[in-house]
Amino acid sequence: MEENNMNVENNVSADSGKVKIPAKHKNPKAADLAFHICNGIFMFLFCIVTLYPVVNTLAISFNDGVDAMRGGVHIIPRLFTTENYEIVFALKNIGRGALISVLRTVIGTLLALAANALLAFIVSQKKFIFRSQLSLFWVITMYVNGGMIPVMILYKNLHLTNSFWVYVIPGMVSGFNMLVMRTYMEGLPEALQEAAQIDGAGYMKIFLNVISPLCKPIYATVALFVAVGQWNSWFDTMLYNRMADQYTTLQYELMKMLSAVTSLKGNASAATSGQTVNITPISVRAAATIITMAPIVALYPFLQRYFVTGMTIGGVKE
Amino acid sequence: MAGENTKKKGPAFTKKEFIKQKVLVIWAAVFVVYGFIFYYLPLVGWVMAFQNYKNKTGFFHSKWVGLTKFKFLFSDATFLRVIRNTFCMGALNLVFTTLMAVVFAILLNEIRNSKIKKPIQTISYLPHFLSWIIVTGILNDALSSTGIVNELLKNSGLVKDTVPFFSIPWLFWPIVTFAHLWKETGWNAIIYLSAITSIDPSLYEAAAIDGAGRWDKIKHITLPGIKSTFIVLLIMNMGNLLNAGFEVQYLLGNGLVKSVSDTIDIYVLTWGISQNDYSLGTAAGIFKSVVSIVIILLANGAAKRAGEERLF
Repeated sequence: MEENNMNVENNVSADSGKVKIPAKHKNPKAADLAFHICNGIFMFLFCIVTLYPVVNTLAISFNDGVDAMRGGVHIIPRLFTTENYEIVFALKNIGRGALISVLRTVIGTLLALAANALLAFIVSQKKFIFRSQLSLFWVITMYVNGGMIPVMILYKNLHLTNSFWVYVIPGMVSGFNMLVMRTYMEGLPEALQEAAQIDGAGYMKIFLNVISPLCKPIYATVALFVAVGQWNSWFDTMLYNRMADQYTTLQYELMKMLSAVTSLKGNASAATSGQTVNITPISVRAAATIITMAPIVALYPFLQRYFVTGMTIGGVKE
Repeated sequence: MAGENTKKKGPAFTKKEFIKQKVLVIWAAVFVVYGFIFYYLPLVGWVMAFQNYKNKTGFFHSKWVGLTKFKFLFSDATFLRVIRNTFCMGALNLVFTTLMAVVFAILLNEIRNSKIKKPIQTISYLPHFLSWIIVTGILNDALSSTGIVNELLKNSGLVKDTVPFFSIPWLFWPIVTFAHLWKETGWNAIIYLSAITSIDPSLYEAAAIDGAGRWDKIKHITLPGIKSTFIVLLIMNMGNLLNAGFEVQYLLGNGLVKSVSDTIDIYVLTWGISQNDYSLGTAAGIFKSVVSIVIILLANGAAKRAGEERLF
């Protein structure tokens, strides 16, 4: 980093060459090259720091547990085994947690997408009589919130605690997602809707058949944001469904595993009763971590352009 | 008819319009009911902070205690400490993640070869999509006694004995900041990169003709070009300053570093959920909400006075 900045400064004179600033460097091309080399080193280190912990976890997850305890397993497993994964998959709460995680991701995303899209459509209607009021109503929710305790009491009274629905109903509509979609819809040519209206189409028909097909990119973006949020969320499980074992999610089970080193051994040996296994908490935890991040890492390269779109649109001001 | 008004105030409220937009009005009403229940109703719960709330007696029959709970909060040394922790960690995160994102975006932009640039970018924002459970989990491994960091430190001879990273209080804040940098640098840089790419390239060409070097171009074209993005994001993030302190601290904190790791949210959780003192937890939550709103209004006002881009 520091090297880099120094080099940038040196380059001031190097590139500028002929006119105003006197050149300190005799060879501007060499300075330019030096900058690119330093920048390259910085970027290389950046990528290493980002990737190494993930790759290391992957290596440990495929390495014999006792062997890994000796240390020194870095990017490739020393003593390859799939035992750790077999044990994790044999844990009952992991399988069930994964199912709940998938369900909340799918249902939560579909509900959120439908609700935010419809709300965004209503707010994007320039002729809608309550447009500014409705918009303000939702923008306020982005900045004001009741806080942890009142929200929890509310969910309790609505019988949302100890239930699956607490994952998908409360966060369904969000001011931010609505704004991102609205911004996109407002950028569509108005003539399309006007033409449909002349043809006698009602608002719902316009929303479903005219606007929605054009909004596919932004729908994909919001859906992905919601899906990732749903998959990664764990705090709601801890707060509302701690007592309901049948509704805990994969992330929550992983957290329990990471924080309770001792109980894991009991679980794991119970799952593989009779076998003598070379497993350790560290290697099983590594396997569970990889399983939890796998869906995101697998889909990520294909979906990343949508993330970027959303980030750029989301950055525009209200 | 309504066309005249659409530009400024929206169409006039007439019976005819109302009937024409019946569907929209009905759906809007549904969304208002939903929003009222899930976003506005909890605000009613704020009355708990002024009561000695008990589950049995509820809102209506609990004893009113005025500002007692708030007085307790501000005389509680633990609460004052969690305010400090929340604020300091939030500020450290904000400053360093913003700086790092800007620097990373500028440096990445200097790479012209998209075959190199693309993969770096892809790698850089991968951690953003991993949950804090995973991030703190692998950070724990990396900083453990057998982890890579200790290994490197020992091999390079910088330290003799294993560094117990998670039991040294003064290291906790830097570790939290590093965790945020690791997770969010690439992601936060996206918006700056897109701001940089939207700068008119002819400016750079003109500057080059005038003899400007790399540093001149960055200082006089790139940085001013991303200033408005920077300010809008800064104001937005200021509002989140006190929100930024929960997951990491909860997951990485332990008994040995409690005095520096506990944040307002953890305090609320401890008092409200574990100790069942809903009133005190709510009072602490109110404090956080009010301070957040004041900060965002102040930041917005400052930007307005300075004639800068602002949020609202």
